[in-house]
Amino acid sequence: MEYLLIIISAIFVNNIVLTQFLGICPFLGVSKKVSTAVGMGGAVTFVMTLATLVTYLIQKEILDTFGIQYMQTITYILVIASLVQMLEIILKKASPSLYQALGVFLPLITTNCAVLGVAIMVIQKNYNLLESLIFAAATAIGFALALVLFAGLREHLDLMRIPKGMKGTPIALVTAGLLAMAFMGFAGIV
Amino acid sequence: MSQLNNLTKGFLRENPVFVLLLGMCPTLGTTTSAINGLGMGLATTFVLIMSNMVISLVANLIPDKIRIPGFIVIIASFVTIVDMTIAAYLPSLHESLGLFIPLIVVNCIVLGRAESFASKNSLIPSAIDGLSMGLGFSFALTLLGSIREILGSGKIFNFEVFNDQYGMLVFVLAPGGFLALGYIIAIINKIKKAIS
Repeated sequence: MEYLLIIISAIFVNNIVLTQFLGICPFLGVSKKVSTAVGMGGAVTFVMTLATLVTYLIQKEILDTFGIQYMQTITYILVIASLVQMLEIILKKASPSLYQALGVFLPLITTNCAVLGVAIMVIQKNYNLLESLIFAAATAIGFALALVLFAGLREHLDLMRIPKGMKGTPIALVTAGLLAMAFMGFAGIV
Repeated sequence: MSQLNNLTKGFLRENPVFVLLLGMCPTLGTTTSAINGLGMGLATTFVLIMSNMVISLVANLIPDKIRIPGFIVIIASFVTIVDMTIAAYLPSLHESLGLFIPLIVVNCIVLGRAESFASKNSLIPSAIDGLSMGLGFSFALTLLGSIREILGSGKIFNFEVFNDQYGMLVFVLAPGGFLALGYIIAIINKIKKAIS
């Protein structure tokens, strides 16, 4: 039950993009087509869960043990950057088809602040390892959900007649605002 | 003259938020009030200036292949300094900015300037570039924060403009951030077109 609450809260109520404003860059950048949005969502889910696992263990085993918590930011970003790089190399060799699907999105993920954000958040929330992993995976699913929904909306927007000044980013931001308003409806269910 | 040009480009011509569309997460996440936006802007400005200066000095020493990780470590060190300083002297600001302070590391503006400007220019122009971009970022965040604070709670920098019972709460919450930024960019596009 506890885990279910974490999942629902992370996907809908505290959606990482639409209520916490993390990962906006890929949210605006790779949301022009549904197919790329699905690929990006998959890649983020994979990296976010793995990165949280690794940073959680580093935090508990190294940073906390030696009392050097102030190194958190530097360590985490290095771990995430090298993890992404490593994943790219491994996927290229081990699973070319998966690499084909996720490959182009992997380098972009290093600068996705949602990944670093979630890694820090699970420490701040004092989750244990299992809770952290569930939280990370659910948050990533929430990210993918928001991304795919938004990409669907933007595909339709392309066919609409929009005032000239609003074309491109402005209308995308207003649409995201309306989507965020819809997600506000979930507030309070957990 | 070219240095002056370098200094002023960040405000409108190459404003990181309104024109280059970089650093969207802190832009939307921290601008629930004017003071939070300003605080975030100044913290980022400090990181930008310092990392630009250091990177312009060491860029030639770092092998090309590990350039990006090298830059990130330098940036992360300054972010840690800012984080600890704000936590010590401005605890209330630290609490309201929260997660977004460590996340300056992954702010695309900082790495973007390091890569596209500081690594190719000498110390002084890099410092000026950092200052210009940082102040442009602060300006954008303060503007957005002020608009959201006025519409949302009838205040600006905590001075009451009108009674907050007439405020539209949605502008302080998440959707208002997207809406306000969308309309500001639309207005700026319109102005730019009118000028040219």
